[in-house]
Amino acid sequence: MIEARGLTKRYGDTLAVDNLSFSVEPGRITGFLGPNGAGKTTTMRLILGLDRPTSGTVSVDGKPFAEHPWPMREIGALLDAKAVHGGRSAYNHLLCVAQTNNLPKRRIGEVLDLVGLGEVAGKRSKGFSLGMGQRLGIACALLGDPKILMFDEPVNGLDPEGILWIRNLMKALASEGRTVFVSSHLMSEMENTADHLIVIGRGKLISDCTTAEFIAANSQQSVRVRTPQPDELTLLATAAGATVRSDEGGALVLLGLTASQLGDLAFENGIRLHELAPAHASLEEAFMELTASSVEFHAGLPQEHAAQTADAGRVR
Amino acid sequence: MATAVSHEVLVGGTVGRQPSGRAGFFGTVRSEFTKIRSVRSTYWTLFALILACVGIGALFSWGQTQRLLRFEDGASPGNKIPPGFAEHIAHEIRSQAASISLFGLLIGQLIIIVLGALAITSEYSTGMIRTSLTAMPRRGTVFAAKGVVFGVVALVVGLVTSFLSFFVGQLILSTQHVNTTLGHPNVLRIVIGGGLFLAVCGLLSFGIGAMLRHTAGVIASGIGLMFVLWILSQFLPGPPSGWFGQEDIDKWIPFNAGSAIWENQANGLHPFSPWIGFGVFCAYAAVAVVGGLIVFLRRDA
Repeated sequence: MIEARGLTKRYGDTLAVDNLSFSVEPGRITGFLGPNGAGKTTTMRLILGLDRPTSGTVSVDGKPFAEHPWPMREIGALLDAKAVHGGRSAYNHLLCVAQTNNLPKRRIGEVLDLVGLGEVAGKRSKGFSLGMGQRLGIACALLGDPKILMFDEPVNGLDPEGILWIRNLMKALASEGRTVFVSSHLMSEMENTADHLIVIGRGKLISDCTTAEFIAANSQQSVRVRTPQPDELTLLATAAGATVRSDEGGALVLLGLTASQLGDLAFENGIRLHELAPAHASLEEAFMELTASSVEFHAGLPQEHAAQTADAGRVR
Repeated sequence: MATAVSHEVLVGGTVGRQPSGRAGFFGTVRSEFTKIRSVRSTYWTLFALILACVGIGALFSWGQTQRLLRFEDGASPGNKIPPGFAEHIAHEIRSQAASISLFGLLIGQLIIIVLGALAITSEYSTGMIRTSLTAMPRRGTVFAAKGVVFGVVALVVGLVTSFLSFFVGQLILSTQHVNTTLGHPNVLRIVIGGGLFLAVCGLLSFGIGAMLRHTAGVIASGIGLMFVLWILSQFLPGPPSGWFGQEDIDKWIPFNAGSAIWENQANGLHPFSPWIGFGVFCAYAAVAVVGGLIVFLRRDA
């Protein structure tokens, strides 16, 4: 469990992290979302104590990270796949990290096999592809069998197979009761992976809610329908308060009514339906909306607006 | 590379239950030793150090035998050499035989400065520092372990360099019977002192490294401090002088203070006595190391 309270980090004139308060719970994947430069990496660095907060606090299972007796058993982090000395072999890289926490040597072979780098264990990491570097970073994070895993943009540089692999890995880690905190600017990736979302923009908290709540709050649900009587249905639905457009395939897309409301409406009026499907807007679209509102903040909207939107799940 | 790996392999594996106690100094020392021994640059730099010191020491020793030979061969036409002067030169060389063979340390210090800088700046230039401080967030422990491991490696290699330079140099000097042995007064102190000098040089650079973090900057500062300052001191007005003369300033120059222990012949006017000079040099290094520690503890990594 990670708890941030009023976390703020200022670099010179830039406020990288602005009064962030949130908690990351165990047993689920928490996505940490924001456009580039929103302060995701800085927040993770503050959690690890790599940076010192300007004000506010962040605790890991109740105390600062550095106070844990065996830090690698507490947090495993992948902040940057390039945080290795390229002249060192994968094995020696993991060995020198493992030794700080008195972890057994055989653990190194285990994590190398787990991430699929067993065969290149003796190779110097400067020859690794971005994807292999990413896997080495993940191996390093898993060394101490930590309670909390923190990944900063872990799918960067991975091929589709690798992306699927890490998604499954994160799900497995969360299902074992661990805390998984993963940042991304790829909405589609988070939609498929995260149970909970913390969204930030310009260092500020925008939203902190479950993924489902986030999508529901940020996008209108639409209903796709096919009917041989499109004109009559359009008339009825518009009268019931929906907006209707037809898509490329000749189906109607309605906003403002649920699939069951629409089905009932058609039944009551004797209109035949050939297809009726609720369509969920993707997280991508939801995020676009947020980014757009982030631009509005920038243009100088009142402060209360930001406060309102920070309420869990109640994003405009 | 293996493709999608099943996550059915238990992530927990063989880590075992959390032991009592806490991750501390000794584990970090082992880690730092693994770091220093697992990159090639360490071996290249140490090899260069030994080669440069032994080679230059040998060359300088050979030069001294040639100088002596010139006098023993008598005057070239037109030169008058007083009788017994060759013996005088032979005696002079013999009395300085140990430090003559260590002359290569003048260049060796520059190489250990590079190694000392890299011991810490390579963590920053590669980004490894973020991994290191995530595995062991207690920064004082990391700094101490790093310093101790580097210090011990530098001392061992420094002593090897110094003794090797000594023996090779004496071998060459012995061709003209102007060599000395470890049994002679002060000789053992000079040779061990050469190793100590190199180690402290490295630690000085290590401290600057923790303060500046950039390899090039640290090497430039280290060389400036140890080498350029020494050269500049040669331009100070000689005696008799007023308040800012060579004899007042000279002994405080880091190289002059530090090389007093191995009695380098070019360490200025009125040098400190060997151990006092070395103490002053250690104090300089301590200032750099403490400064480095403060920056290491406080600044964002």
